[in-house]
Amino acid sequence: MALATTRTARDPSLIGSLWRSTVGKKAVMAGTGLIMLAYLVAHMLGNLKVFFGAGEFNRYGHWIRTIGEPFLHHMWFLWLARVVLTASVVLHGVSAYQLSRRDLAARPAKYRHSRRRSSYATRTMRWGGVILALFIIWHILDLTTLTVNPNHQEGHPYQNLVASFDRWYVSAFYIAAMLALGLHIRHGFWSAAQTLGANSPRRDRALKAMANLLAAVLTCGFIAVPVGVLTGVVS
Amino acid sequence: MKLTLRIWRQRNADEPGAMTPYEVTGISEDMSFLEMLDQLNERLILEGEEPVAFDHDCREGICGACGMVINGQAHGPERTTTCQLHMRHFADGDTIDVEPWRAAAFPVVKDLVVDRSAFDRVIGAGGYISVPTGSAPEAHATPVPKPVADLAFEHAECIGCGACVAACPNGSAMLFTSAKVVHLNVLPQGAPERESRVRGMVEAMDAEGFGGCTNTGECAVACPKGIPLTSIGRMNREYLRAVVKGTPSGGR
Ligand code: HEM
Ligand code: FES
Repeated sequence: MALATTRTARDPSLIGSLWRSTVGKKAVMAGTGLIMLAYLVAHMLGNLKVFFGAGEFNRYGHWIRTIGEPFLHHMWFLWLARVVLTASVVLHGVSAYQLSRRDLAARPAKYRHSRRRSSYATRTMRWGGVILALFIIWHILDLTTLTVNPNHQEGHPYQNLVASFDRWYVSAFYIAAMLALGLHIRHGFWSAAQTLGANSPRRDRALKAMANLLAAVLTCGFIAVPVGVLTGVVS
Repeated sequence: MKLTLRIWRQRNADEPGAMTPYEVTGISEDMSFLEMLDQLNERLILEGEEPVAFDHDCREGICGACGMVINGQAHGPERTTTCQLHMRHFADGDTIDVEPWRAAAFPVVKDLVVDRSAFDRVIGAGGYISVPTGSAPEAHATPVPKPVADLAFEHAECIGCGACVAACPNGSAMLFTSAKVVHLNVLPQGAPERESRVRGMVEAMDAEGFGGCTNTGECAVACPKGIPLTSIGRMNREYLRAVVKGTPSGGR
């Protein structure tokens, strides 16, 4: 029996191996996507506090800055979350871009008949992602840095939010972006389970149902806020 | 039956091809799609024209040699191979578009024939088990639980026709590779090379220029053997497990 001894078994680094392979890079996309998804669940629930009035909402906004005190310094938790989210969105976007380039190159010729059998959510992952990226930039300039906010009052998130959504076109863009988010999660959550190897014939349906539920709850929860402002429930 | 065929004709890998129309008459609905093409080719030969080149071998749906995209669907409208597709699934007077598998990793050789040797190199990178040659092992020496045997058989059904790659919008070979990885990785005979196999095959797949998976599911719809989409998830798990363990890739 021949024994393979010639293999120079230099241990490839974990991160390098992942980043170099399509399966590994997709796992990075799935992991960062799930981090952002978990954040969005918390973010959506927090947003709903606006229906309890300005005092409640602004107090919540202040509390976020004090999480972890006195063990953590003021704002440290918030900055930690910002760093993790920024890293996630950058890694997610870069892997999406690189994998998409590769995918398009791997299928240079089209067929005469373009059959559309995959779902709308599946087909819009790339453009939906671009919409989300633009939305994230706008959203930070509007409600975090307040650069483009008409109210621009640091420490008064409720007033800033109402002032921003009072402009119908801002609300319209926000709602469109949240619909894109819902579609992205509808395919993304199940896809991430598949990418990370958590799917199986037995779990497939439950994971798809969970993806639909998450997409619907997040979309409705986020959209409720601009709808509340536009209808005068929140003012 | 009388049909209009529009077939991709391409003299060789370097010249550009084009869809070329042909009228065929006297087609029986009991003919297979390949028999229908045979009839066209006999006429083309009599007329002194070059017959349409296509791959085929067993014509029983078990070898994986045949394959063409018929009206935009790999192997046509039924879940079977092109050789087992019968003309009764078409209607008299139909116009049928026939194209080769399209993928960067499957270059066209001639007409409907593509070079699928990329699959062989993926297999060479780990799609085997290493055993000492000599006398056959005793059949009961390695017990395999029934559910495991069933799972392995389900994946051993893959005939490597390439319909999954042809159907995938990314020209990805994930369904093929996952069928081979799952087939061997779930069996005790495949266990010693479990990690190096999946790493080697995934790396070879990437090196051949196949695209990545976007979990679109077109592959599993096109697969004449019904390899399920969840197999890709299983291979992903095997791959990530092997990378975390740090086992280097196999292949030689
Ligand atoms: C920067 C903006 C974004 C871009 C450009 C983007 C793009 C993409 C693309 C192209 C995919 C792959 C789809 C496929 O393979 O079919 C994907 C998957 C995914 N995205 Fe995003 N996305 C963005 C933002 C987000 C956000 C904010 C979330 C948080 C909910 C998210 C969650 C996911 C998840 C969970 C997946 C599944 C990963 C997988 O398929 O394994 N993405 N994204
Ligand atoms: S010719 Fe063998 S599978 Fe079609």
